[in-house]
Amino acid sequence: MDFLRPASWEEALAAKAEHPTAVPIAGGTDVMVEINFDHRRPEYLLDLNRIGDLTEWEVGEESVRLGASVPYTRIMENLRAELPGLALASHTVASPQIRNRGGVGGNLGTASPAGDAHPALLAAGAEVEAESAARGTRLIPIDEFYTGVKRNALQPDELIRAVHVKKADGPQQYSKVGTRNAMVIAVCAFGLALHPETRTVRTGIGSAAPTPVRAKAAEEFLNAALEEGGFWDNGKIITPSVAKQFADLCSAGCNPIDDVRGTASYRRHAVGVMARRTLTWTWESYRGTRRTIEGAA
Amino acid sequence: MPANGAPTKITQGSQTKGGIGESTLRPDGTLKVTGEFAYSSDMWHEDMLWGQILRSTVAHAEIVSIDISEALAMAGVYAVLTYDDLPTAVKNYGLEIQDTPVLAHGKVRHHGEPVALVAADHPETARRAAAKIKVDYRELPVITDEASATAPDAILVHEGRDDHHSGHVPHPNIVHRQPIVRGNADEAAKRADVIVKGEYTFGMQDQAFLGPESGLAVPEEDGGVHLYVATQWLHSDLKQIAPVLGLPEEKVRMTLAGVGGAFGGREDLSMQIHACLLALRTGKPVKIVYNRFESFFGHVHRHPAKLYYEHGATKDGKLTHMKCKIVLDGGAYASASPAVVGNASSLSVGPYVVDDVDIEAIALYTNNPPCGAMRGFGAVQACFAYEAQMDKLAKQLGMDPVEFRQLNAMEQGTIMPTGQPVDSPAPVAELLRRVKAMPLPPERQWESSEGADVRQLPGGLSNTTHGENVVRGIGIAVGIKNVGFSEGFDDYSTAKVRMEVIGGEPVATVHTAMAEVGQGGVTVHAQIARTELGVTQVTIHPADTQVGSAGSTSASRQTYVTGGAVKNACELVREKVLEIGRRKFGSYHPAWATAELLLEGGKVVTDGGEVLGDLVDVLEDETVEIEAEWRHRPTEAFDLVTGQGNGHVQYSFAAHRAVVEVDTELGLVKVIELACAQDVGKALNPLSVIGQIQGGTTQGLGVAVMEEIIVDPKTAKVRNPSFTDYLIPTILDTPTIPVDVLELADDHAPYGLRGIGEAPTLSSTPAVLAAIRNATGLELNRTPVRPEHLTGTV
Repeated sequence: MDFLRPASWEEALAAKAEHPTAVPIAGGTDVMVEINFDHRRPEYLLDLNRIGDLTEWEVGEESVRLGASVPYTRIMENLRAELPGLALASHTVASPQIRNRGGVGGNLGTASPAGDAHPALLAAGAEVEAESAARGTRLIPIDEFYTGVKRNALQPDELIRAVHVKKADGPQQYSKVGTRNAMVIAVCAFGLALHPETRTVRTGIGSAAPTPVRAKAAEEFLNAALEEGGFWDNGKIITPSVAKQFADLCSAGCNPIDDVRGTASYRRHAVGVMARRTLTWTWESYRGTRRTIEGAA
Repeated sequence: MPANGAPTKITQGSQTKGGIGESTLRPDGTLKVTGEFAYSSDMWHEDMLWGQILRSTVAHAEIVSIDISEALAMAGVYAVLTYDDLPTAVKNYGLEIQDTPVLAHGKVRHHGEPVALVAADHPETARRAAAKIKVDYRELPVITDEASATAPDAILVHEGRDDHHSGHVPHPNIVHRQPIVRGNADEAAKRADVIVKGEYTFGMQDQAFLGPESGLAVPEEDGGVHLYVATQWLHSDLKQIAPVLGLPEEKVRMTLAGVGGAFGGREDLSMQIHACLLALRTGKPVKIVYNRFESFFGHVHRHPAKLYYEHGATKDGKLTHMKCKIVLDGGAYASASPAVVGNASSLSVGPYVVDDVDIEAIALYTNNPPCGAMRGFGAVQACFAYEAQMDKLAKQLGMDPVEFRQLNAMEQGTIMPTGQPVDSPAPVAELLRRVKAMPLPPERQWESSEGADVRQLPGGLSNTTHGENVVRGIGIAVGIKNVGFSEGFDDYSTAKVRMEVIGGEPVATVHTAMAEVGQGGVTVHAQIARTELGVTQVTIHPADTQVGSAGSTSASRQTYVTGGAVKNACELVREKVLEIGRRKFGSYHPAWATAELLLEGGKVVTDGGEVLGDLVDVLEDETVEIEAEWRHRPTEAFDLVTGQGNGHVQYSFAAHRAVVEVDTELGLVKVIELACAQDVGKALNPLSVIGQIQGGTTQGLGVAVMEEIIVDPKTAKVRNPSFTDYLIPTILDTPTIPVDVLELADDHAPYGLRGIGEAPTLSSTPAVLAAIRNATGLELNRTPVRPEHLTGTV
């Protein structure tokens, strides 16, 4: 195994172009596990740790440009207001040590359906900034990014430089079920974001389908129900029947499997419960009646 | 000796600092938490090679051929060994039955069985070479449970058995069967007003010690080998290793390397013989270190079990009878299965008085992973089932579950189902009273002015509930564990104690072969030496085979047995020292001849407190050294038909009260508190006692709500051999554990002490399950309980 250590982003792109099979490594919290378990033996490892700007972020007018290697700890500490859903998701990533090393770029690169960041990115709305030496930069909408089990829309010569996440214009929530109270891979996860500016709701489901997915039918149903009842304006409590139908549609949006972490039937059930609860929490926040609830670090 | 049941009073050494009863600190404590401690995996030797084991990828198959040529041809590879390279006629090993091949011969019987060995100059080279060995398997049907094991046409996991259990078992795929019959259960059942039947399932738990199996074998000039290894019993290893190597035991020297936990998982051999074979073949030191994945295949696990119970009781709450059948899955090799069967059957009634019983426990041979010793050893599975039964009975009778248990609780004088009288304190009712009386943690602890603190809720930081559908439940359980090796085993230990003057100070050195696996023996031995010899300076010699056997660090026995051996050796040394004193100074003071003499604070004193002389002057340049074996009172085998016999040395009791919060909609559990009351006889080191109780309690919690090795029933392959999917409790899953310690002396034991390490592992699990049942109203007849069991989504 060769270890490539580019000193700059340009060098990294050149190396990736020359060795398209090279596996990028930043925090190493995923790649090193794969290597240690002998699940993969890449010909080349492409170390991105010398490229400083990957660990930086910029808060813009509309969105946050989040460097691919910004550690989850930084997101929790610094971007809670702008990216509340992703900050909550970051809280659930592994252990403090792993959160100090791992970043969203790794989650996207691996594109595991169990990656903790995905449901939050899907719900908030995001674009992945990918770049190649040959074709330059392109922005891939998050909805088009996940293409299969552990597969994504990147070309072999492309690297993820950053992800552009829309700044929250309303309450966001994130829930994850694991069979332990910390440091656990998701059995399933759910992200929800209210977007009062566009009067829409977006969702993200993790670990309950071959890829991270949005529950589009549930979103469409809820968007219509909120519009029809004038909820965005009158701020009324969402009726239990609407919440239940939304939850049922989220369950229906899953396509889970039975595996060692949980049954398909449980995943469908749990996604429904999380959908209903996160809807309740975000809507109460929107109505201004809810106290702030966040996990402690 | 003190009056029975009273705390032990200490006379000799009571004035000496750092003696028994004090919470002296572990010598390795700071090193371990700062990462400085040298574990077995940290060892290094100049010119060292790395060993790698090739393991079977299938559970049950004939080996058609093995081709090592490609592996052997690799640069950096020094040796590739298979069964054909074993040097002597002894090619199997085992704790009790020598049924485990050093390397597979013609057949593999479980997923991950060792097939070939590689030594190379780099661990990566060794791994790659192992991957190049071509093994052609012809797969066989797998035996995975009682039905497939005892079917008329079942393939025999071991053909041609001739071990000492083979003659009395009903089927060759049953390792051992132990019935216990006392009174007449059928007749007694007629007196019952309620009868409760239950079928229970206990999942396969892993010891999950943090230091994976590892060791270093160094060839020696005399043709022997020196093995540095993390193990639980050096001399047991030695007896199994030497014959396979074709060496006399004195040419296999063993030294204990730093052990990162054991919990029973190091009782069987792992890499010991493999490293020695490679070292002797190559003439170079060979180190083997398992990674976590391999570790899951490299040691035995706790027996998964099916338990079928029937209890009866009169309407005023007295147990009438108990019938049970306990089926333990021993997997492909015997390991400690026979002894686990003995424990499961003899302790299947629990700490209750039941005169009429009909009990049967068996262990199966299957193609599942081999199972053997783990903390609690057969008593854990039984406790899970009989405590569930107690709750069901109390409910049917409309009685309080604690009062019902107290009404039937055993006490000193109770006769066990084996006919053995319980001849030391058995404060079962009192332990239950104490855990019940502890204050309950406040309700709805997650509520604060800031909103919900999700760390206090099921799901924790995963943020799944802010209080919705969270229901509190409370459950209580109690258990009984035997201490020491049972059923007639010669369970002795050896200690060598030396006393001399170094640098103007009297110093004691304690040398035993006891494996320190975290239990605190190194602390306790120094405390005993201080108390018995009245000195402050005590050196603990590294454990090795240059001294006699200390027996196993298991069965909650080391403080009792090796502690007893150290005490005994110290007493002999003390007598010798006093003899020297009398010889030298007897003429100066009549008290040398007439008074009871003690050693205190480096001096010889009378029991009246008069100082007769300094140890420094008594000893001068003399060294007093004594090595002696020490035995607890003997036990007997259980009768193979009736199960009668004085099989156990001592019993240990603990009770738990669990308080849980359950998210009933998502099926997530947060254990808020696990209060424990335990009788320890005498706390030689109170801090270590609390640590053992809290550790055992947490291990019991693990198998209640998360810990399980999942084996595919179709292929008998392990599905979750990693800490990604085999979950153990994190600190956020570990509740507050208030501990109430009783010290009721057992007259038969040194200082009246009671072995403590295992009892808290027993009752913790059923207490948590009872609390979850209390919160959910569900029956829950299996452990661990998963979210799908609580939400009807299995």
